[in-house]
Amino acid sequence: MTTVNPPRTRRGVLGSAGLYFATAVCALLFLVPFYLIVRNALSTDAEITGEDWQWFPADIQWGNLTELFDDTTVPFGRSLANSAVVGVLHTLGTLLVCSLAGYGLARIPYKHADRIFYAVLVTLMVPAAVTFVPSFVLVSSLGWVSSMQGLIVPGLFSGFTCFLFRQYFLGFPKELEEAARVDGLGYWGAYWRIVVPNSLNFFAAIATITFISGWNAFLWPLVIGQDQEAWTVQVALSSYMTNQTVNFHLIFMATAISILPLVLVFLFLQRWLVQGVAQTGIKG
Amino acid sequence: MSTTTTRDATRPSPAEAAEAGPRKGVRGSTLSFWIFTGPFLAGLVIFVYVPIGWSLWLSFFEARYTVTPDTFVGFDNYRLMLTNGDFTGSLVTFTVFAAIIVPVTWALSLGLALMVHRLRFLKAFFRSVFFLPTACSFVAASLIWKMSVFSGVRFGLMNTVLGWFGVANTAWLADPNPPWYWLVVVSVRLWLQAGFYMILFLAALQNIPPELYEAAAIDGARPGWQTFRHITLPQLRATSTAVVLLLLVAAYQAFDEFFNLLAKTTWGRPPLVELYYTALGDDQDYGAGSAGAVVLTLLICMVTLLQGRFLGFGRRDDSG
Repeated sequence: MTTVNPPRTRRGVLGSAGLYFATAVCALLFLVPFYLIVRNALSTDAEITGEDWQWFPADIQWGNLTELFDDTTVPFGRSLANSAVVGVLHTLGTLLVCSLAGYGLARIPYKHADRIFYAVLVTLMVPAAVTFVPSFVLVSSLGWVSSMQGLIVPGLFSGFTCFLFRQYFLGFPKELEEAARVDGLGYWGAYWRIVVPNSLNFFAAIATITFISGWNAFLWPLVIGQDQEAWTVQVALSSYMTNQTVNFHLIFMATAISILPLVLVFLFLQRWLVQGVAQTGIKG
Repeated sequence: MSTTTTRDATRPSPAEAAEAGPRKGVRGSTLSFWIFTGPFLAGLVIFVYVPIGWSLWLSFFEARYTVTPDTFVGFDNYRLMLTNGDFTGSLVTFTVFAAIIVPVTWALSLGLALMVHRLRFLKAFFRSVFFLPTACSFVAASLIWKMSVFSGVRFGLMNTVLGWFGVANTAWLADPNPPWYWLVVVSVRLWLQAGFYMILFLAALQNIPPELYEAAAIDGARPGWQTFRHITLPQLRATSTAVVLLLLVAAYQAFDEFFNLLAKTTWGRPPLVELYYTALGDDQDYGAGSAGAVVLTLLICMVTLLQGRFLGFGRRDDSG
């Protein structure tokens, strides 16, 4: 740890003061956008757009919150509910489908397993975002445009998540499962009674990352959510930017609410998240 | 190939099942294999392989407003897209964007990681602060950037701050001359993703064995640039490669911030935004849109393979 803890000479102390100063300045810059959201969400339009820069609203406008949900031009409450349902089902479904497949590929001997694994890997080469045109074509021919299943189902089969689960299960201690097998459990029993309960950390990390990417997804919900009824919170937010009338306080209240769940997730699940990201290196 | 494998799912032959398991006492493992992987593979075929195949097929047809076309046009859609200034221009936009965002994010996230790694106190706090923007969606961040930070009027944060120094208001997004919109699209992505990649670098930094630094100190290497250049950087090679690859792929898929920040402008359109307007805009030209998607996919695959060849695929650090 020589570089981590330089000797406490005068130069070392000055150096670490400089280090803390630089880090704090960067941290402030990173926090400015959050501050702006909160300030704008709780201000009046006059304060936001005023000639003189206001650091804080003179009167905190909690009324903006109720005004947002009463506003009928954008169905914000409905889109929040949609996002919550989509986020939860997307996460649960992805965990179930991808973890089972990852386990099968990692542990159950089958002579074509390698070839099948390559077929999964190949899909990683094709970026999901590029397939939105053909996927839309397919989903619309199923009649799933503006529907919950259209929002949820196509996203469940992530080659990447399956790949991550496979890698994880390859590293899972075999002895535990073999003991279970001796006790007469099949693969299915061993998976649910031994493997899953002992892998909750990993499942939690993947769940968090999946939920975040589902909540923040924009392109697919935009393509599928043609009716306002099927908008997710990101599509609703985006619609504020193209609206003719600009109600700054409402827009920023909506933004604040859309970010709040994830900020909470981040703050509470910090450790899992950091571990998960560090282990997997995937985009949240 | 994959369609046949899923059909097998329902009818595994008994002979296969019997000989499948190399280990003794594994009975019915073929059936188990398909129970576990079947649902995923079926979904993968339906929602990934079929759309890709359908897209390839559509790209050779005249397909406006229809997904079951009957006019075969050969490579016309490809010719159309590759001679379409808007599409090729979007490829240029992407190239410029990647050329800026990849090295800048790499440097900033590595810099943040080095700073946070050296902290003795409040390490977790600062790590959280830098990581926190990852919670934000591109849409929300674009909103803040467009309507508050880089708003083209006097009350925007940038124009307010610049105003204190007597600089006149700048129309950051509404005017491509000079192209200030690059500053906006780059900074929004930088803010959102730097903390994420910082975590990857932090993990890698923690895996560097301290003995290496001790040995270097004995050999007379001065802490600072010398140890960074000769020990830290080479030890981070695998992570760096992976980070660059991830950044590049993410940059190719840029859509959210461009779509939201530059919705009504004709400049600054990356390929996905262009494809969105081609396929789902007024014309609903699925044939041309599919051809563009195929071109883009081939490009991404090529870049990925080339990068892998030059830099070596991100082999994992031996964390021992």
